[in-house]
Amino acid sequence: MRQVDFPPGAGFEAWRDAARALLRDAVPPEDVSWTTGPQDDLLGATPISESTGQGAAQARVPREFPPLARSVLAHSDPQSPALMYRILWRLTHGEPRLLEQVTDADIVRARACEKSVHRDAHKMKAFVRFREIAAHDGEPVFVAWFEPEHYVVEQLAPFFAGRFAGMRWSILTPYRSAHWDGQELSLGPGALRSDAPQDDVLEDLWRTYYASIFNPARLKVKAMTQEMPQKYWKNLPEARLIPGLVREAAQRRDAMVEQAFAAPNRKIRGHVAPEALPVPTGSLDELRRLAHDCRRCDLWKPATQTVFGEGPAHARVMVIGEQPGDQEDLAGKPFIGPAGKLLDSALEQAGLDRADLYVTNTVKHFKFEPRGKTRLHKRADAYEQQACRPWLDAEIERVKPDVILCLGSMAASAMLGSSFKLLKQRGTWHTGEDGSRVIATVHPSYLLRLPDASAREQGFADFVTDLRQVADALAKGRP
Amino acid sequence: MEIVQKLAVLADAAKYDASCASSGGPKRDSLKSGGIGSTEGMGICHAYAPDGRCISLLKILLTNFCTYDCAYCINRRSSNVARARFSVDEVVKLTLDFYKRNYIEGLFLSSGIIRSPDYTMEQLGLVARKLRLDHRFGGYIHLKTIPDAAPELITEAGRWADRLSINVEMPTETGLASLAPEKNLRDIRAAMGSLRLKIDETLEEKRAPRFAPAGQSTQMIVGADAAKDRDVLETSDNLYRNYRLRRVYYSAFSPIPDASRVLPPLAPPLMREHRLYQADWLLRFYGFTVDDIVPLDAPDLPADIDPKTAWALRHREQFPVDVNRADRETLLRVPGLGVRNVERLLELRLVKTLRYDDLVKLRVPMKRVAPFIITADHRPRADAETANLRRTQITATQGDLFGA
Repeated sequence: MRQVDFPPGAGFEAWRDAARALLRDAVPPEDVSWTTGPQDDLLGATPISESTGQGAAQARVPREFPPLARSVLAHSDPQSPALMYRILWRLTHGEPRLLEQVTDADIVRARACEKSVHRDAHKMKAFVRFREIAAHDGEPVFVAWFEPEHYVVEQLAPFFAGRFAGMRWSILTPYRSAHWDGQELSLGPGALRSDAPQDDVLEDLWRTYYASIFNPARLKVKAMTQEMPQKYWKNLPEARLIPGLVREAAQRRDAMVEQAFAAPNRKIRGHVAPEALPVPTGSLDELRRLAHDCRRCDLWKPATQTVFGEGPAHARVMVIGEQPGDQEDLAGKPFIGPAGKLLDSALEQAGLDRADLYVTNTVKHFKFEPRGKTRLHKRADAYEQQACRPWLDAEIERVKPDVILCLGSMAASAMLGSSFKLLKQRGTWHTGEDGSRVIATVHPSYLLRLPDASAREQGFADFVTDLRQVADALAKGRP
Repeated sequence: MEIVQKLAVLADAAKYDASCASSGGPKRDSLKSGGIGSTEGMGICHAYAPDGRCISLLKILLTNFCTYDCAYCINRRSSNVARARFSVDEVVKLTLDFYKRNYIEGLFLSSGIIRSPDYTMEQLGLVARKLRLDHRFGGYIHLKTIPDAAPELITEAGRWADRLSINVEMPTETGLASLAPEKNLRDIRAAMGSLRLKIDETLEEKRAPRFAPAGQSTQMIVGADAAKDRDVLETSDNLYRNYRLRRVYYSAFSPIPDASRVLPPLAPPLMREHRLYQADWLLRFYGFTVDDIVPLDAPDLPADIDPKTAWALRHREQFPVDVNRADRETLLRVPGLGVRNVERLLELRLVKTLRYDDLVKLRVPMKRVAPFIITADHRPRADAETANLRRTQITATQGDLFGA
């Protein structure tokens, strides 16, 4: 029988050295007796240095083994060094895939220990409470007393250093202490509760917050104690309020439910109620306000907002697209997505300035189908196009453009009738049903869908040629 | 008014907002800045109140004076509740003082609408800016966004905050219109849309200015209007997809001191809220659709049984499922099997054939799961009547009713 002295909380590195020696001497786990020695002088106030990763790997172990061992060895169970050595032995003696056997008794136990340590570490991050004291130099120092269930101070000290870098602090626990002087982290021996300050000026304020944020109408004591077990309460300044809050909760809830209705407070003036919606007499802005709340078809419901036309109120050219897409729906502006960017560059090449144009769509809401986590564009149907038509007519009527440029077949058939054949009749001038001058071309999103680069290049050039017709017409006066 | 009194009023005024999450932010610490504060992506709950809710952030209002008159809200202008107002510097100091003592992960600041939406938004942004710039604060900041505020004020807030949120408040537009006369669903949606565009932009372009890296969330109050669970979940589903929300919070309408006459004075429907959270989870992580969970002919979630079990009982023909063969999607639909256990089963069955006892060792809740699965040595009774099965499932799940 081989005896190994392993003080509680000695940690992963100490265990690794011992385990290596045992493996080297081929000592099977049943021949090892792990005993606990005194821990006091195990670690003086030495700075923490990161292990340089010489690794546990003279013996070949799976990658998940060292982190598992590190956690299990932090567990307060005195059996944990033996458990990890047994697992190490089995891994290196014919069971290399042992860790995948998640229902093996040793693995179940190791994983349970690991979980318990992780939870304790997480709770320590949550439940440490610092108290402020003034040091000799007048600068404050923050000191906490905490009683972790396992040996987790070493692994958590860097977390606290990263979080409270700009303070000087100490965390005292029964088995170990951690200190940060603003520059360097150090570990020291355990301490006593009486070594830490007993109160802090902020604690009354904190308790006020704790009591006020609690809603007595929703008492769920079990849900609280599951996450904040009573074993932690003794070091939480707010915990002393809990019994009283729980006791009075039902009464406070009933009082709220039963209380008589009080006359409303008249002291605070509300906003002026929005004026009654005006009849759209002339102004494009009034139209836009009305369209904002349009309910003429059902497209408004899942959409974000109405995407109304934009541009000078008396633009000479009106551009009519089909319907807004994902980006337009989010931003509330027409032609700002990928198709809009393509349109912008084509306009520029054709010598047109978008700022001079009134840009709108045939249908003013985004229509889409949910697909996975995204929204798939869907073409508005005839009913929806019809329902939206009065807005388009009103826009044309207000802006009175010299020419109308239709992008895509939806706009073209709205202006030129359903018999219009876009691909055959594009780029030539037509007279609209109301006598206006109309020209139609493809929608820029059609260009984006073309299969290969050369087709896209050709398509873009043709598109620019069509747009140039508009620029020429403007230059010549009337088309 | 003393700080302590202001805190009592303004924390009380903030507690009807369910969110206290400090998650989803980028990882950072203060080693370089020499300030204080860090975030790890996973939030930390520093305390729990007796209502079972996590206390992660200092959740307060800048002021509970409000010019709006939303019937469900304790701070509506016609309420006789005590009023208070923090100064920007008071909130900054309180946040730092609490943070240094490890009481909190950061700040969740909201406000009643005073003077104008722009003025209110500017004040909120100023608190965040001071914390970040003047005090090198690296903790979590969540700001409530005022839908009607100017876009440049929202951009400024997003530079300093980790998360922004706008509450849709009610599941349906009619509900909102009747209870919150000054709020407009279209404005709320437009504001969420513009937040998503800005958030997407910073995700896609590394050099774009920082904007709310922990995304946006929202809250719906349930039980204050007549909306069915189907309405609620349809709205959530739409919001998740349209605006890529990180979370939709459901808040059971709670009686408030000095309640409005138009609302029912009832205990909050906590069970309904719990079921909605379960259903929300099924939508987001288990591949269920709204139609699966709340079909047209059953538009409300059953109270006595969780929504996944309810679905399984409506679809007996799809069970039992063979845990040694079924794919991930199918296993995720088994009542009592969570994402984690499904992953472990898939991993374990690569090295061995799964037996009943393996599942017991993985701590799978077998009372719930056994009637729906086949293992190498177990097959449920095929003739179990649905009504009986339902009864056993109710007893098997009773333990967790008030758990979450």
